[in-house]
Amino acid sequence: MKVAIIQFPGSNCDWDAEHSVRDVIGLSAGRVWHKDPLPEGVEAVIVPGGFSFGDYLRCGAIARFSPIMEDVKRFADQGGQVLGICNGFQILCESGLLPGALVRNDCMEFRCINQTLKVENSNDRFNQEILSSELTLPIAHGEGNYRADDPVLAQLEANNQVLLRYQPNPNGSLNDIAGIRNQTGNVYGMMPHPERAVELHHPCLDGLPVLRAFLQPLLSSSPVELSA
Amino acid sequence: MEPTATSLPPNPDPCLNVEITPELIAQHGLLPEEYDQILKILGRTPNLTELGIFSVMWSEHCAYKNTRKLLRLFPTEKKDKDAIGQVLVKAGEENAGVIDVGEGWGVAFKIESHNHPSAIEPFEGAATGVGGIVRDIFTMGARPVLLTNSLRFGSLESSQVKRLFRGVVSGISHYGNCLGIPNMGGDVYFDDCYEGNPLVNALCAGILRHEEIQKGAATGVGNPVYYVGPGTGRDGLGGASFASRELTEESAEDRPAVQKGDPFMEKLLLEACLEMMSIPGLVVGIQDMGAAGLTCSTCETASRGDSGIEIDLDLVPQRETGMNSYEIMLSESQERMLVIVAKGRERELEEVFEKWDLHAAHIGEVKEGDRMVVRHKGVVVADLPAKSLTDEAPVYDQPTREPAHLVKAREWKIESIPELASDGVEGALLGLLKHPTIASKRWVWKQYDHMVMSGCTVEPGSDAGVVKLSIAGINKYLAIANDCNNRFCYLEPYTGAQIAFVECMRNLACSGARALAVTDNLNFGNPNKPEAYYMLKECVKGLADACAHFDVPVVGGNVSLYNEHGEGAIDPTPVVSMVGLIDHADKVTRSSVEEAGLELLLLGGLPDELGGSYYLQTQYNKKEGTCPKVNLAAEKALQDLLISQIEENKITAAHDIAEGGLLVCLSEMLFNEAELGATVSLADHGRSGRLDALLFGESQGRAIIAAQKDDVNAILDAAKDAALSAISLGSTNDSGKLKVEVAGSEVLDANVSGLKNVWERAIPDHMEHA
Repeated sequence: MKVAIIQFPGSNCDWDAEHSVRDVIGLSAGRVWHKDPLPEGVEAVIVPGGFSFGDYLRCGAIARFSPIMEDVKRFADQGGQVLGICNGFQILCESGLLPGALVRNDCMEFRCINQTLKVENSNDRFNQEILSSELTLPIAHGEGNYRADDPVLAQLEANNQVLLRYQPNPNGSLNDIAGIRNQTGNVYGMMPHPERAVELHHPCLDGLPVLRAFLQPLLSSSPVELSA
Repeated sequence: MEPTATSLPPNPDPCLNVEITPELIAQHGLLPEEYDQILKILGRTPNLTELGIFSVMWSEHCAYKNTRKLLRLFPTEKKDKDAIGQVLVKAGEENAGVIDVGEGWGVAFKIESHNHPSAIEPFEGAATGVGGIVRDIFTMGARPVLLTNSLRFGSLESSQVKRLFRGVVSGISHYGNCLGIPNMGGDVYFDDCYEGNPLVNALCAGILRHEEIQKGAATGVGNPVYYVGPGTGRDGLGGASFASRELTEESAEDRPAVQKGDPFMEKLLLEACLEMMSIPGLVVGIQDMGAAGLTCSTCETASRGDSGIEIDLDLVPQRETGMNSYEIMLSESQERMLVIVAKGRERELEEVFEKWDLHAAHIGEVKEGDRMVVRHKGVVVADLPAKSLTDEAPVYDQPTREPAHLVKAREWKIESIPELASDGVEGALLGLLKHPTIASKRWVWKQYDHMVMSGCTVEPGSDAGVVKLSIAGINKYLAIANDCNNRFCYLEPYTGAQIAFVECMRNLACSGARALAVTDNLNFGNPNKPEAYYMLKECVKGLADACAHFDVPVVGGNVSLYNEHGEGAIDPTPVVSMVGLIDHADKVTRSSVEEAGLELLLLGGLPDELGGSYYLQTQYNKKEGTCPKVNLAAEKALQDLLISQIEENKITAAHDIAEGGLLVCLSEMLFNEAELGATVSLADHGRSGRLDALLFGESQGRAIIAAQKDDVNAILDAAKDAALSAISLGSTNDSGKLKVEVAGSEVLDANVSGLKNVWERAIPDHMEHA
């Protein structure tokens, strides 16, 4: 398996992520149980959405202690590609792989809508030229309100680490932030669900370029048949 | 036989020392003659635990004692044995019915009520309602693929109703979103009759291979009985009997009878059970512990398996100390299952549950004979014939009396209300679009994750929700619709129930789906009141006749009686839910028009009836008249035409005429695209000769479709062949206006954006400023 999708107890977008990478983009992908080690040969890790451990405490606060997170951290430290989607983004923040935290939406309600997003020119993989300046992706979360202290926020902006911004803002996120990357550019996190916008019956196909941008190092190193 | 339970002093379990008095019997909701029957079955006095077991198993909720005879009227199989949708598991046989959807796949689905708990504790009541129905589905071996809800509340003007509405929606959202099962919305009605007694019906559908169907039977003497899931507490004590009583001011004191849900626990249980059931031959029988918890699951599995069963309560995982046998047996703690495993393979089950960090406790085994034996602290605390609990509950055919309001309804004449003038049309339309029953329910479903599992194809808000069955790896689409207009059922129960049926099926047809089967939730008042029982009986008859006419069987459902509060019973509310199948992406059809330049056609003829309509409600605050006539043959012709024309790719959008009538239907079709408009012209006023009945009447068997100009003649020809009226209404354009002309004079020239704003803001305006 080239792309490992981490399955925590309570993950519920694990199959969706696996399906989009394996059946739509065409890379070998599989789910890895949170108590198991990260398999050898994995080239990218996706931490999927859901409610890990029920998220009764702060979202992702328990998942960060799962055995596999040690492997994921090591993998990221060695430059491995890591993407956290929704709950996965929350887990990466709680684990310290990404800065900041996600708290309850300011409307105090869960939001499941198709959200318009502005694409930022973050790096040579995530930019308006590759992704277009605007995307629509589904969001589905109760705690997607991005928070960080001023120095962290300033640093994110100065380093172009913001990937996507909400237009309009559905949850109160600072600077309308919907997704960010780490400084090195190998760890990505976003609240929107690109894996839910990759097939013809989906609201749109805007998730495909987003997932491909993340998986670009794998796609370019080993040419694969693209089925969509 | 000398009683084993009561002859072993001193007793370690206090339940064995309680004297069974007439008061205690009455408190358990048992009639004196029912208690006499228990004495006859046992040949001795029951102890408190046994009395409690009888009381829950013989409650309306578990035993259907007032409805069992009526439910036999429903067809439970398809007459046409070659059609798709054959019934694989029939109503009442297992936790949920299963129908065939082709290529070796089946769909398990069922609806269930959680009305009373939601009235007392809306968040937990609604949440555990979702939890309960999801367990019924995965117990069958199916992977749940969608949820919907049928919700009924009082007027949103009331702050108490707002609290209930908000609580119920957030409870459903909390539980379903965490499980990761898409919630496709459903229907929500607001009517004063539900004040204090809201209805919360939850539906779940799941997909499975035919060979994966599980049974809820305890078979194979010596096979071990396992308890899986979290520990038992005192929550939800006697919930089944609580649900079988009227709500009163004191009901708030019944809070312990409302369970507390833990969706994370349910998610673990769901995954662990599906993993366990995927191991061939491991699971002999499985049943969820829903209503009446451990009691129901042990006696029902034994009864279905024609076996005895013995369990030891000391081995039951408990999260409270000092629980007695009565409490453990009657607890409705959530997210628990009973599993009967093939002897010798216990380790395989235990390993699965260890992986998911869940309890798997070996609490007993399948025995010879027919007894359900329960031990606690070394003594037998219950020793009962299992079948006496499941099959011997008394069955009642209650007296009926036609309610006086029905006679009055028949006397109503349309002439009793003034004609609508042309300049009143826009105001009347806005009044309807603003009624919370008709207004957009986006406020509700944007709180539900309807896109998880990657299958959402038609989002909530269209005539039916549609999901692609991607997770099963099959290229088919499942459509789901719920319906029941209580106003019609109140005015004419037989016809009202038929309207619920045909409207639900029409919603599927408008979406391109052929209906396969029904699950129904019968929400009614106290069956001991002859008027209430009359309404129940008429509704069931109406529904059963419609099912037979369309050859769409009922594969399961739920009965909720005693829905009364203060002023009296709720309106009869037989919620009808149907699943339908669409075999190709191209056939999936929405109610919203996507483009200008399309022709609009009205199928089924001009509406001409106003009785029971929302127009009467919003303009005159009246629930009067006879409801629209139902012509099952014409309805079938309409639906067959809709499906055949959709299959030939001739229909680009279809929306049925229902609450609010023709103008509401037309308006809603234009709301999805900015700047879309339509110009519509009707040659005359139709049979009633009245503008109000034409534009706002809710006559059945009607739908508006949008089609490309080139396809119109073919559709008109097909309608002619089917002897179905088809009228060209006009076409869509990019004017952003809805213009309507009747008999040569203009009656409406409105901005669609203005109409949409009223429709979209109605519910948020109530809820955001609460």
